[in-house]
Order: sequence, then structure tokens, then C-alpha cells
Amino acid sequence: MLTVETFDTLDQAAAALRDKCCYLGGGTLVMRGVNYGDQSFDRLLRVRDGDLRRIRAEGSRVVIGAGVTMAQVISSPDLAFLAPVARSVGGPALRNMATVAGNLFARSPFGDFATALLALDATVHMSGRNDVPIDRFLSDRDRQRGLVAAVSLAMPANGTFRYRKVSRTKPKGAAVMTIAAVLPGGGRIAGARLAFGAMGPTPLRARAAEAALEGASLDHNGIQRALAVACDGLDPQDDALASAWYRREVAQVHLSRLLLNQEG
Amino acid sequence: MTKTPITFTLNGAETGAFVDGGANLLDVLRRGMGDLSPKLGCAQGGCGACTVLIDGAAHLACLTLAEAVQGAQVETTAGLADGPDLHPLQQAFVEGFAAQCGFCSPGMLMAAKALLDKTPNPTRDQVAEAISGNLCRCTGYEPIINAVLTAAAQMRGRVA
Repeated sequence: MLTVETFDTLDQAAAALRDKCCYLGGGTLVMRGVNYGDQSFDRLLRVRDGDLRRIRAEGSRVVIGAGVTMAQVISSPDLAFLAPVARSVGGPALRNMATVAGNLFARSPFGDFATALLALDATVHMSGRNDVPIDRFLSDRDRQRGLVAAVSLAMPANGTFRYRKVSRTKPKGAAVMTIAAVLPGGGRIAGARLAFGAMGPTPLRARAAEAALEGASLDHNGIQRALAVACDGLDPQDDALASAWYRREVAQVHLSRLLLNQEG
Repeated sequence: MTKTPITFTLNGAETGAFVDGGANLLDVLRRGMGDLSPKLGCAQGGCGACTVLIDGAAHLACLTLAEAVQGAQVETTAGLADGPDLHPLQQAFVEGFAAQCGFCSPGMLMAAKALLDKTPNPTRDQVAEAISGNLCRCTGYEPIINAVLTAAAQMRGRVA
């Protein structure tokens, strides 16, 4: 049997964190664990604070509360560029529940939104603690202590953010892979960030491909070096949707479509 | 272990229950209140058979902590019909062979109602999107999409 504790603020909940505690946000990950008898926790902590569900502009950055749902992202005018990402997560009912912070903890092949946040170089704001760059947050995910209060990101320049999710069923299905990219520089790419989801235990940067895109133009010849190293540093796994081998084989094709803005 | 009292509105009627720690809304509806219309399919958010409306928005009852619906308006398929008169969505499902084994139908109906409540004149793509979180292993979806569009047309006619 579980004990459920409800707090008014996230700080109070963070102070109550102990071993065998689990924070319950939208429920789509944690209640699944509850339903399947996950014994790694016996206390659920939840917070009733509307601030966690706010999206606000702060200078040139957007701050997205930990409890903002995918449905809220879709309907937010400030986050229009992220609407296709949020829309690719689950079905409408799930999107009314699933939260931005929860997605940071989603296991492969889930975590599409976190993949986009990784490409966008988001910052994870922890309750009462330091801010953590998303790269480090994800690589240390299983060792994280504390509670996520919000994520923030700088708005990408118009048209520089690209995203695609590859799944075997339409309109919805879990990812064979997701790719998110910020491609600044117009004619010659400068400072690209490229992230793959479902190509490792957590969303991962494709750093070799990023480096190969430096100074490149986004045309057939310009992207060949990046395609050749697309999977360097990635660690795809076998699952029911696709084998690691298949994921490696098709990664170039999907990356090429993303970079060239092709349908498919 | 102590139980937690909760009260909420179920299909327009005030109701309450004492729930176990960690109980999900689907269990409380089915076992606690005898509303067997939402179904237990996967218990992990993959099938949509447990879809209910909470304050007008579609939610997965199996992944909703029962305590979290304190004070909320919950709607299930059991509340769709008006006495002996089926809801237009239900009628269209019957007439359009949109229900075969029927297991997905309650979730489909609630997902469709969530759509039509906000979008009375949906496109075919919008209907497909609205039920995209609901699995059906019998119909191939086309009869369901057609039924939702038929019901939408009929409901618009009724209002006009």
C-alpha cells in the first residue's frame, strides 16, 4: 500500500524527499509503475501549486513549469514551434496529463519532448538547488536528487528548429527514433545542436554529426560528412519496435530527410 | 492503512468514496462505484479503453490518481444516454457498425465526445487525431471515424 502526501509548494515536497519516495506529476509514468507493482517506492509526493503549470517569458527565454502538460504546450502561442513536438507524444488524453518535467524521465523509446529540449540546450531548474544544463541532467538522470521546478530555453531563431519523429504506426506510435535539431547560420551552419531520442538509454547529442555540419550547407553534398557519422556516440537498443541494428541502418536516412527538409 | 475520502461529480451526480493510497480512478469507478463503462485494458496508457472526461478534458482513468479528482467533474460512457435515448455518438456507433467486440467503445466514445464538445464540425483528420490514443483491434477504425462524423453532423443539425 502506498502513502500519498500532498503539499502546497514544491519546496515543501522537496524537503520531504526520502528514500523510497516518488514524485507524482501527470501520472503517466508513475501511475504505470503503481499499477504494475513497482516496489522501488512506497510514498507518492504530489504538489498543488498552479505555478508549476505556468509558461512565462523571462527576457529572451521561456520558462516552462515542470507540470505544464503537452496539451498546454500545444495551445501556447509562445511555444508554437514546440507544438509539433508535444503533438507527437501519445494521444490527446495522455497529452492532457503528461508533463514537460515527466518527459525528462521517460525511458526509451519515450522522451520525445526531452529530445527536443536537448537540442534546444534547455536548462533544468531544480527546486532549491542549482540549475542544471540538460545534457548533464539527462546523463545523470538516475542519480538526480531533488525535484524539477521548471525548464527554460532561449527561443531559437525563426526556422532554425527542426523535429521529426519516426514511428511505425500513424498517426501515433512510439518512436523508432526522434530527431531534433537547432541549425543556426542560414547558408553555412554554425553551432548546430542535434539530438536523437530512442537511440540510447536517454536522449543523446550526435556530437560528431554536429561537428561535421559546422560550416556545411544544407544540401545533398553538404550533409554527407554528417550523415557518415550520424550514429557516432549514440547507443541504440533493441526493443519491440526495432532492433539496434535497424535503428543504426536507418538513422542516416531520417537525418538526411530532416536536414534537407524532405517529406517521408 | 487509512483510506482517504474523496468527493467528486460523476455524470452530474455528487458522489464520494474512501480510496486506498495510490488507487487509480479506474479502480474506484469500477470497483468502488460500480460504473463498469470505462474498461481496464493495458493499465499503462497505451490503449485508451479507460478514457473518461475530467472537467471536460479526456484523461486516462487508469493513470489518474483517484485523490486527484477531488472536486472535479468526471464523465463516463455510463452517463451519455438520456434515459432510454442513446447519445448521438452511441447511436451512430450502433448504426455504423463502429462497435464490434465493444471493448474499446467506451474509450472511443469519450475521446470523441471530448472532440465534439470543442469542435462540433471536425475534419476527418481531426477525428482520427482525437481517437489516436485509443486502440481498436476489430474495426480498422474507419467505421469509428465515420460514426463520429455522422454523429457530429446530427448534433449540429439538432442545435441549429
